[in-house]
Amino acid sequence: MYWLFNSSIGRKFIMSISGIFLVLFLLFHLSMNLTLLFSTDAYDLICEFLGANWYAIVGTLVLAGGVIIHIGYGTWLTLLNKKARGAERYASSNKTKTEWAAKNMWVLGFIIFLGLVIHFWNFWFNMQFAELIHSPNAVTQGSELVIALFSQPLFVVIYLVWLVALWFHLTHGVWSAFQTLGWNGKLWFSRLQVIANIVATVVMIGFAAVPLFFLITK
Amino acid sequence: MEKIINITLKVWRQKGPKVKGDFETHRLEGISGDTSFLEMLDILNEQLIHEGKEPIVFDNDCREGICGMCSLYINGHPHGPDDLITTCQLHMRHFNDGDTITVEPWRSAAFPIVRDLMVDRYAFDKIIQAGGYTSVNTGGVPDANAIPIPKVDADEAMDSASCIGCGACVAACKNGSAMLFVSAKVSQLALLPQGRIEAKARVKAMIAKMDELGFGNCTNTRACELECPKGVSISNIARLNREFLTAKFND
Amino acid sequence: MIKLDAKIPKGPLAEKWANYKDHQKLVNPANKRRLDIIVVGTGLAGASAAASLGELGFNVLSFCIQDSPRRAHSIAAQGGINAAKNYQNDGDSVYRLFYDTIKGGDYRAREANVYRLAEVSGNIIDQCVAQGVPFAREYGGLLDNRSFGGAQVSRTFYAKGQTGQQLLLGAYSALSRQIHNGNVKMHTRHEMLDIVIMDGRARGIITRNLVTGEIERYAAHAVIIATGGYGNVFYLSTNAMNSNGSVAMQVYRKGALFANPAYAQIHPTCIPVHGDYQSKLTLMSESLRNDGRIWVPKKLEDAKAIREGNLKPTEIAEEDRDYYLERRYPAFGNLVPRDVASRAAKERCDAGYGVATTGLAVFLDFSEAIKRLGKKTVEERYGNLFQMYEKITADNPYETPMMIYPAIHYTMGGIWVDYELMTTIPGCFSIGEANFSDHGANRLGASALMQGLADGYFVIPYTIQNYLADQIQVKHINTDSPEFVEAEKAVRERIERLMNIQGERSVDSLHKELGHVMWEYVGMGRTKASLEKALTRIKEIKKEFWSNVRIPGEADSLNTELEKALRVADFIDIGYLMALDGLNRNESCGGHFREEYQTPDGEALRDDARYSYASCWEYKGEDKDPVLNKEPLDYEFVQRQQRNYKS
Repeated sequence: MYWLFNSSIGRKFIMSISGIFLVLFLLFHLSMNLTLLFSTDAYDLICEFLGANWYAIVGTLVLAGGVIIHIGYGTWLTLLNKKARGAERYASSNKTKTEWAAKNMWVLGFIIFLGLVIHFWNFWFNMQFAELIHSPNAVTQGSELVIALFSQPLFVVIYLVWLVALWFHLTHGVWSAFQTLGWNGKLWFSRLQVIANIVATVVMIGFAAVPLFFLITK
Repeated sequence: MEKIINITLKVWRQKGPKVKGDFETHRLEGISGDTSFLEMLDILNEQLIHEGKEPIVFDNDCREGICGMCSLYINGHPHGPDDLITTCQLHMRHFNDGDTITVEPWRSAAFPIVRDLMVDRYAFDKIIQAGGYTSVNTGGVPDANAIPIPKVDADEAMDSASCIGCGACVAACKNGSAMLFVSAKVSQLALLPQGRIEAKARVKAMIAKMDELGFGNCTNTRACELECPKGVSISNIARLNREFLTAKFND
Repeated sequence: MIKLDAKIPKGPLAEKWANYKDHQKLVNPANKRRLDIIVVGTGLAGASAAASLGELGFNVLSFCIQDSPRRAHSIAAQGGINAAKNYQNDGDSVYRLFYDTIKGGDYRAREANVYRLAEVSGNIIDQCVAQGVPFAREYGGLLDNRSFGGAQVSRTFYAKGQTGQQLLLGAYSALSRQIHNGNVKMHTRHEMLDIVIMDGRARGIITRNLVTGEIERYAAHAVIIATGGYGNVFYLSTNAMNSNGSVAMQVYRKGALFANPAYAQIHPTCIPVHGDYQSKLTLMSESLRNDGRIWVPKKLEDAKAIREGNLKPTEIAEEDRDYYLERRYPAFGNLVPRDVASRAAKERCDAGYGVATTGLAVFLDFSEAIKRLGKKTVEERYGNLFQMYEKITADNPYETPMMIYPAIHYTMGGIWVDYELMTTIPGCFSIGEANFSDHGANRLGASALMQGLADGYFVIPYTIQNYLADQIQVKHINTDSPEFVEAEKAVRERIERLMNIQGERSVDSLHKELGHVMWEYVGMGRTKASLEKALTRIKEIKKEFWSNVRIPGEADSLNTELEKALRVADFIDIGYLMALDGLNRNESCGGHFREEYQTPDGEALRDDARYSYASCWEYKGEDKDPVLNKEPLDYEFVQRQQRNYKS
């Protein structure tokens, strides 16, 4: 299994698998969020069910692992690729008409990471983490946090920027993951691109719906 | 109507791999649109020789788009701003009067500059030497028609095999990755029964060599296939990934 | 005078090669490891020879001037490779391929060599398929064939319009495998500048490292020259920019003979010349003549209107078009051999029917084929060629006829070799286009690839052993020996002499001047007067070159102008030899057309009684004319006839 570290395709394989895992998590997280639009009670029930229970902890750890691997490998690959490019840059730059996202995956990833930090500070820090350290301020009613946060336009804007970055990241990331896994060909290429765009759009609109809903209905 | 243009050229000059290089600017007047890009450089070199200067060094040979020797990065594109051609097939009719044209060598850590616009692409040969062949000796092979091959497979193998090894894929790639080149050869042989026999060993050896030589990791930007003078598709890269992963998981 | 012995084995034609192989000397595996072989050039012949010899266990040193062995000019061959497989059941056979080649070569080739070539042609296809060469196939999965000039059967195997590329990549991959296995040591960007002779045998070469400018010495038990043809004497040709005849001249100066220099092939279907700055002519594959029809306007005034841009070719009515090949050669039509098609085009243009602004072009028209087969089929067959044409000319051949004109493409002449492909220097062999052996006075389409690979895969690996078997006692040769020192010194002096001229003229300008003289006076139609004029002019150019060339930069560093100068110096001498040979040969045959010698309807008129020999020129010194040796061509098996492609 050494090849997962020392071969280019091995490293890309890890990126793809961790990426697909994170996309699946996003879809799970999304389904949870969307309950908010119908019933804050249902949402709170899910929050309570997860809380700081062992399965939620395990899930969080696995997820953290996935995020760390994805970011770690992404950064490592970016550094390796910078080196492979050589010291001199093109003076006439690179005018090949590629997808913009494809060339800026690390930057987009970094924006997503910053968003994640804010997101953790907004929610996880006040909920699971607070529960774990038995803080008296721990919040179990997640919906309260959501409503309070998204009544502030600044945070809504921050979250929307975050989601746009995520959209770009996914439009490339999803089909690219399949390409790296070898599941692509002349026929499948356009299909996978469509699938990637659909997934990215569903994720973006789905997640954006919640803050916008609470901003408008406040 | 024959188009006649005046242009300004910004050309990269560099004495050797370790020496610092820089751009040199030249004016050229009365260039016909029917002149090929390399002929335009010939005209400039003729001028330089007359001025007692050293001509600009650039690789070129067949001048009909098949040997893969010419390798200029022109105005932000490997092989210049036209599709499906090599530098030698680029004609001046694609430029306008008064244009400034920037000419650079391929830039990639695995392709060190030899002189001016000439780079060393022997890394590609090393990758082929690592396994880009079928291990058959001369003689003692079966009749050519002994193994029928479906036309679709043969045609697709031919499309992959049309790679000319010019290195435009590496030059265009922001990661300096050689995946399109490697995948073209791996695909050609993986699609044919003659190549299947050693497919697993081949793909592992070629990827190992590619990584060792300092080429980057593919991030599927597709710049390679967009700039490839022969239109080699990244579906080859998907096949390469598939071949490599299956080979590794079968170990 | 040298006593020439072609060493043709005895026996009936069909048994000669088998007999030879049965009785030749071989080298055992343990001894092979002790023998070094230098192969110069990595085209089809050089790469296949180096790979095959490496597989046998010899120590091979391979050299090429490009940055990779894969870039040799064989890569540019488009149409295909002939082989007598008779897969089409259309009556092909080894004998028929042999006969077509002999006839196509206007009865100026050596029977035994050509028969051997036809005999091994089938093995080449087998070998290439085993290497993974993606030849075109039919829906049933079997190999497809097309037809080429000079044949009435379909025996040409092809890989789209890139057959040469695919065959070379096959040979290159076999070579790469031997490099990987350590049997071949590859030296790229190295140019051979002289051969080293010790005790009368070829024992090594002197090269220049094109990156560093260093002069280097390499020794071996035998040297194989596979450096291609000298078509660039004409400056404008379909050859690559770096293709050259210098190695042929180096061995010629050291005792090899230069045979039939006048036999140069002019390919009928090239993109016409368009300006003074032009550096190269692009070939449009002969395969286009399978479906394309060649014509010029029937009326002089139409031709004039087209030249002036007042009339479009598509506006000319069917009955006003002169399909002159179909008219003159009903049996072969557009698929007559290259020399015939080229001369017919020149005849029409000289008579004032030429098109393009220069009047030096004819039409190659696909409208009928598109009507008959549909655009899709035409695109499948010739798509890449059409694209290439459009990129260069900005004309779309699906809509308007292509314009083509003959251009220098291949040289049948070359270093004289015997049946074993050895030159008159023992231990120095020559294969592929570099030698003179198999095509006589004209080469048929799709036969160059066949000859290159036949020589490299299936002939030299045998015949070289017959020589090396006597060399197994010879230790690795020391490059410090006086012969090497002497040869290196001579090379350095030649370079120094060139560098010190520091005149006014660029190498290219002199090369262009030579090219004009060659095309004008030693081109498609030659006369006694034109050849004599050429000799005078070439002498002048030589004088001008050696007194007024300017080479900037230093000799001991990368210097492309010096590389070119060294080659052009030799082109000048080859040009002289060509004119001399053309003047000697008072007949017309194949690619050598003397206007004084033609039939009433303008066909080449041979003189078998006086010129049935290969002219083999022997070097006698820098300022002396060479001496002519003759290798008689005795036709034992084929009845010589006037070539007939009419009925």
